[in-house]
Amino acid sequence: MEKVKRKKIIIALAGLMTGALLYIGCQETKEVAGTGDAPQKVYVAPGTYDEFYAFMSGGFSGQLSVYGLPSGRLFKVIPVFSQNPETGYGYSEETKAMLQTSYGFVPWGDAHHPELSQTDGVPDGRWIFINENNTPRIARIDLKDFETAEIIEIPNSAGNHGSPFTTENSEYVVASTRFSVPIPEKDVPIASYKNDFKGTISFVKVDPKNGNMNVAFQILVPGYDYDLASAGKGPSHDWAFFTCYNSEEAHTLLEINASRKDKDFIAAVNWKLAEKYAAEGKGKTVKTLYYDNFVDPKTGIAHSDKRTEVKVLDPKDCPGMIYYLPTPKSPHGVNVDPSGEYIVAGGKLSTVIPVHSFSKMLSAIKNKQFDTTIDGIPVLKYDAVLAGEVKNPGLGPLHTEFDGKGYAYTTSFISSEVVKWQLGTWKVVDRHPTYYSPGHLMIPGGDSKKPFGKYLVALNKITKDRYLPTGPELCQSAQLFDISGDKMKLLLDFPTIGEPHYAQAIPASILMKNFEKIYRIEDNANPDAIKKEMDAKVVRKGNDVHVYMTTIRSHFAPDNIEGIKVGDNVYFHVTNLEQDWDTPHGFAIKGAENTELLIMPGQTRTILWKPLTAGVYPFYCSDFCSALHQEMQGYVRVSDKNSNVKISYGTGK
Amino acid sequence: MKERKNIKAVSAVFVIFTIAAFVFFIGGCGEKKDSSQTEISQQQSADVNTSSATTDAAGLTDWQIKHGIGPIKEELKLGPIDKKLAFKGKNIFDSKCAACHKLDERYVGPAQRDLIERRSPEYIMNMILNPAEMLEKNPEAKKMLAEYMTPMTNQNLTIDEARSVLEYFRLVDLAKK
Repeated sequence: MEKVKRKKIIIALAGLMTGALLYIGCQETKEVAGTGDAPQKVYVAPGTYDEFYAFMSGGFSGQLSVYGLPSGRLFKVIPVFSQNPETGYGYSEETKAMLQTSYGFVPWGDAHHPELSQTDGVPDGRWIFINENNTPRIARIDLKDFETAEIIEIPNSAGNHGSPFTTENSEYVVASTRFSVPIPEKDVPIASYKNDFKGTISFVKVDPKNGNMNVAFQILVPGYDYDLASAGKGPSHDWAFFTCYNSEEAHTLLEINASRKDKDFIAAVNWKLAEKYAAEGKGKTVKTLYYDNFVDPKTGIAHSDKRTEVKVLDPKDCPGMIYYLPTPKSPHGVNVDPSGEYIVAGGKLSTVIPVHSFSKMLSAIKNKQFDTTIDGIPVLKYDAVLAGEVKNPGLGPLHTEFDGKGYAYTTSFISSEVVKWQLGTWKVVDRHPTYYSPGHLMIPGGDSKKPFGKYLVALNKITKDRYLPTGPELCQSAQLFDISGDKMKLLLDFPTIGEPHYAQAIPASILMKNFEKIYRIEDNANPDAIKKEMDAKVVRKGNDVHVYMTTIRSHFAPDNIEGIKVGDNVYFHVTNLEQDWDTPHGFAIKGAENTELLIMPGQTRTILWKPLTAGVYPFYCSDFCSALHQEMQGYVRVSDKNSNVKISYGTGK
Repeated sequence: MKERKNIKAVSAVFVIFTIAAFVFFIGGCGEKKDSSQTEISQQQSADVNTSSATTDAAGLTDWQIKHGIGPIKEELKLGPIDKKLAFKGKNIFDSKCAACHKLDERYVGPAQRDLIERRSPEYIMNMILNPAEMLEKNPEAKKMLAEYMTPMTNQNLTIDEARSVLEYFRLVDLAKK
């Protein structure tokens, strides 16, 4: 009896399973991770490409990561503000100048906001910029080779947070100070904050031909905390907008002391006029020190250019250049909509999302509808500039992007959700939880004049229980939504590196037109390059020994070197003679205290090695290059200081 | 014991049912494809010579077996040796080829002095310009790979550059001991 029962039960179970499978199979998966057809929407079949490149801030790693959308696959981490021993970035003789600052050599950074260069308000795929908060800097990454091409320091700045947002044609990228400090820096009591501390808003000019950056001018502003920025577009092309909090000018326990007032400000800067004032000599030329580090495209070598002056404009001397728009309450994000008319603020302690009107702002200026003036900056009346308020946007609204179809999407940090609302009616039309605590969000082109739309990525600060635990430290996370329909659909979670403060995305087709597969060996103007294996040599100059070495699958030339002595500074100048795509070689030598090298085809990279004891040191290729990769190795013989071993070298002898 | 056997048998029924369900599942609903998925082909399609009718197992024509696959699809008209061109070819050879090829000794790849006697000019150029496909398809190139084990690399020469290297090979052959 019992057996029969069990049999029946098992058969019934099998039947049920079958039914369930059929149901799942044909009805599509229900609300498991994403919704409905989510798996198909994010599945990028083996051997096929993603539709978008997404550039995600590496946050406190100091780097910039490159992902594919919709798959969420990680392709590359571009070293920017932090040394990267994987490639030798920031260690090799060619790249270490990139991390030089007025504070000395700074091997790390806190990267925040990636920003694609734009032409006519649309991402053009030439460069991507990213700011560093701690040691105020902006980097420019060339999207031909996905490598950092330039890092410029921002003088008279502390906490370069409101950066590096671009104007419509990347005439400028901006930089505003999160921390006000004495300008110029001096030794004063912290309690003298209200008297001595100031902020600056900097405009960094971008050369349209080669991207080279130059701090064109700075605007001296009251000592508030300037947070984020967004440049105008279309009718507001000449303007840029900067949020600030701490108009209380607190210098301690800001979480309470900087949250007292009902309203802080958005600073509206007419940069066209500021540019004109600067050209007319209205600004003061102030002595300072900052570095511009850039890669010479011919040699591939980074150089540091020390700069000692900057032009500073005081609003008191420059009427019409800057206004304050009162904005509730400790506003964080500011985002100008694709039309250039609406200026959306994320008041992180506010219960509404205030939206200012650019045209109303212009008439308020014209009609002098001012509440007061602070340090030469007229404060416009709130009601005179307000277009509308989005009610019930969730708790802690932070950042907004646009889909180009009349809708805006705002992250609400405290209530962990993305809220979709309509421009003009200010009505919330959809909301979706995120997991958890989103900061920025990103829609491809969502900060531009013509958003590419289709997807939205929420960049979450907290992952808690979403992934397999990895001890106390958990990964950061992105969540991909489909926004092509009326309702947002959650498609995919994927982990990100560092803190994904902000991101940008661009159709792959735009970048794939221009990218480089190799560096042409003919164009390699590095003075330490050798372009023929027969030119490989070892040259002693006092205690310095220069090894001019080549690599090709699968050997080094020279691969046997003798005559090195303890106490020598040995420079390995390694040129990769390969001219095919995806053929880098590595160089690693036993006991190297700094780094290995990764040398791209046609490139020359130099590592300094200081052997401490006599012996024989192997070196090898550390990037699997061919079937005979394991054979790609060599030896350096190191003799005592007083030995008579002469320099000799060779390959295959 | 008996009971366990029975359970095994029932389990088998269960498994069969489950498999059947899967088969049905895959057959019935597995064909879905998202048309919105943008696929960008990452393989450049290879040019295939179709001028001759006979083909081998890899689909090569007699011409392609003898003269190689690649951008050179017709017989080259070679005049008298152009020394200036050959000198240019030497420079390129020294920079981009000599790390693996010596003239008179077997190195990473074969010695090149008598290359022009072993291979047709068209084959030489196709091997320089299109090594990956040559090594995959051309029976002569495949033999060389089996012997030398290191695949010839693509050094991204232009057709003109490859032509000058060919001229260098013609010249060095004359200087044979």
